[in-house]
Amino acid sequence: MNQMLVNGIVLGTIYALIALGLTLIFSIMRVVNFAHGQMYMLGGFIVYYGTVVYGLNYFVALLLAIVLVAAIGALFEIFLFRRVLRIAKREENSMLLAVGTALLLENLALVAFGEKQRGVPPVVEGVFEIGDAYLPASRLLVMGMAALMIVGLLLFVQYTRPGRALRAIAQDKEVTYLQGVNINRMSVLGFALGAALAGAAGGLLVTVFAVNAGMGTAVSVKAFLMVMIGGAGVTAGAILGAFALGFAEAIGYEIFPGSLTYLIIFVAIIVFLAIRPQGIMGRTS
Amino acid sequence: MAMNGKFTRRALLAAAPALLLAAIVAAPVSAADKTLKIGVLGVMSGPAASWGLVNKYSAEATAQMYNDKGGVKIGNDTYKIEIVSIDDKNDPKLAVSGAERLTKQEGIKYIIGPNVDTTAASIVPVIEAAGAMNFPYAFSKELYTKPHGNSILGMVASYQAGPLIYKYMKDNKGVKSIAFVARNESDALNQRDEGVKAAKELGLQVVSSTDTYEPGTTDFFPVLSKIVKGKPDLLVLSGVAPADAPLLIKSARELGFKGQISTETAQDAKVLREVAGDKADGFVSVGGASTPAIRSAYMEEFAKRYAKVAGEWNDEAGTKVYALEIILATLQKNPKAVNDVAEYKKTVDGGFGVPNAFLKDKATLKYVGTKYFGQPRQIGVPVVVNAYSKGEFQTVFVGTVAD
Repeated sequence: MNQMLVNGIVLGTIYALIALGLTLIFSIMRVVNFAHGQMYMLGGFIVYYGTVVYGLNYFVALLLAIVLVAAIGALFEIFLFRRVLRIAKREENSMLLAVGTALLLENLALVAFGEKQRGVPPVVEGVFEIGDAYLPASRLLVMGMAALMIVGLLLFVQYTRPGRALRAIAQDKEVTYLQGVNINRMSVLGFALGAALAGAAGGLLVTVFAVNAGMGTAVSVKAFLMVMIGGAGVTAGAILGAFALGFAEAIGYEIFPGSLTYLIIFVAIIVFLAIRPQGIMGRTS
Repeated sequence: MAMNGKFTRRALLAAAPALLLAAIVAAPVSAADKTLKIGVLGVMSGPAASWGLVNKYSAEATAQMYNDKGGVKIGNDTYKIEIVSIDDKNDPKLAVSGAERLTKQEGIKYIIGPNVDTTAASIVPVIEAAGAMNFPYAFSKELYTKPHGNSILGMVASYQAGPLIYKYMKDNKGVKSIAFVARNESDALNQRDEGVKAAKELGLQVVSSTDTYEPGTTDFFPVLSKIVKGKPDLLVLSGVAPADAPLLIKSARELGFKGQISTETAQDAKVLREVAGDKADGFVSVGGASTPAIRSAYMEEFAKRYAKVAGEWNDEAGTKVYALEIILATLQKNPKAVNDVAEYKKTVDGGFGVPNAFLKDKATLKYVGTKYFGQPRQIGVPVVVNAYSKGEFQTVFVGTVAD
């Protein structure tokens, strides 16, 4: 029971960091960034190369991962998404572009980083025993840092001027434009921030889960599930969706045979979305 | 200038047939003129990419080694070897289109791969209709049993290595109970079922056999929490991908698991070291000719070439070095087989074998599998069982697959 609770909390926090970036980009640009998982993967590889290959301090490498992945996100927005969103008449175009960027990043990573799984030594060693549950110190650290980043993001969007502008764009882009907000600049910021969160998650979790060039799609699928559960484009919804999925996994694997867990999760999501297609906190229109 | 130009062109045109004839007569029919194309079909992207890419890099390394020496002599001809690779993404539809391209467009008769049961089964009709042969790394017995006969298993199957490993664990490590965790895919589930059967036959108590995880899982804590509570003496990772094994090991140890851990698939020591570190000490897996203690000078040369081709060595290649080598040896034995797989099968069924060039000790590389498939449709790769210790594999024992 204790282990199930610990697993649920750890998974929920980590998943929240992954889902937040995806929902942030969606809320501002109405683009489902299918390359979100690939950006997570890049974050992991940058930290791996920074620490294991070039001997950088882990936290320096993590910062580097956040900055570089944010820069990639910004470049994607400026050179690819902005133009497509401006000229495309159909939503499918931006979705196809997002899928294309995901495939591009995945294949480039395979060529550049190879097929092997890469791991970074944990920053802290040891395992805590909480009753009959085990919690490795490395997971606790990642969970703590993820929680800090989530709080930091929430404070940023709530209390800073650019954060308020991002929220305003998410609510009504045209009215925000009429208020004098530079939409292009804010879109770059939003995309970069979303990508940075993915890079941060990858950079944090490489010490726990390692990284390989092919892991992006699975990460994107989970992030997409969380966002759908919580409500697309709603920050609090993404966090809620992340904890819902985290606990569903933790409880499912404890109670059911492994093969049934995700089957049940998917059936539950289908039923839930049939009843409430906008997700827990999403708007109907 | 114009006159000269016209004259030159006319003279050249007149001389062309003579020059062409002279070139044909003067050039010997030699090595460079013939090419033997070999296909590699398998998963080369996604989380299981290493399975197919190691096949590809192994074939390319072997081909380069032959080509550097002028090619491979088969009968009276010498061939340059060309490797044509296709990524099937572990998708049966892509495997079928890949097999069609290799056999029909490229005219290839011998294909290494695919890597899993679903893709291997999907291409059987294509391979048989095209009069080709393939060397899958999938363990389903139907692939190699009559009425089928054009597929030859490229490595040791889990149901061959598993019982040997469990017996070793029982006899040497005091293992009495066993638990299985499998990737939720047909290959891995079949391997688990075969493993459960073998464990029961050995008299081991099966503590858990229904726990699985989804492909793409990175956090194995929820999956393993329940299994570890059962305190099995041995935890078997069935059909585990090289990306999953170190994470499973690490999670099991962090959850307080103190027993033995093993798998029947090949793994890479560097990946284990980086991801699981000391927690992987004692982990037992199937290897090939990869450990320095057993490899020959030729294998050393292969490992160096492999590192050049792939960028770095991968221990998984120790199990995948054999396919192209035995294909070439079989073609050398029966040159008619270059374009006729019926001849190839005739040679295989006739008990063909060659000295195993990859091992230090004397051993024969031959076709086996009659005990399992009713016909020799498996490359007799030695069953090398390795244990991981302090960053590298040590060979625990070397066994053989029954004829």
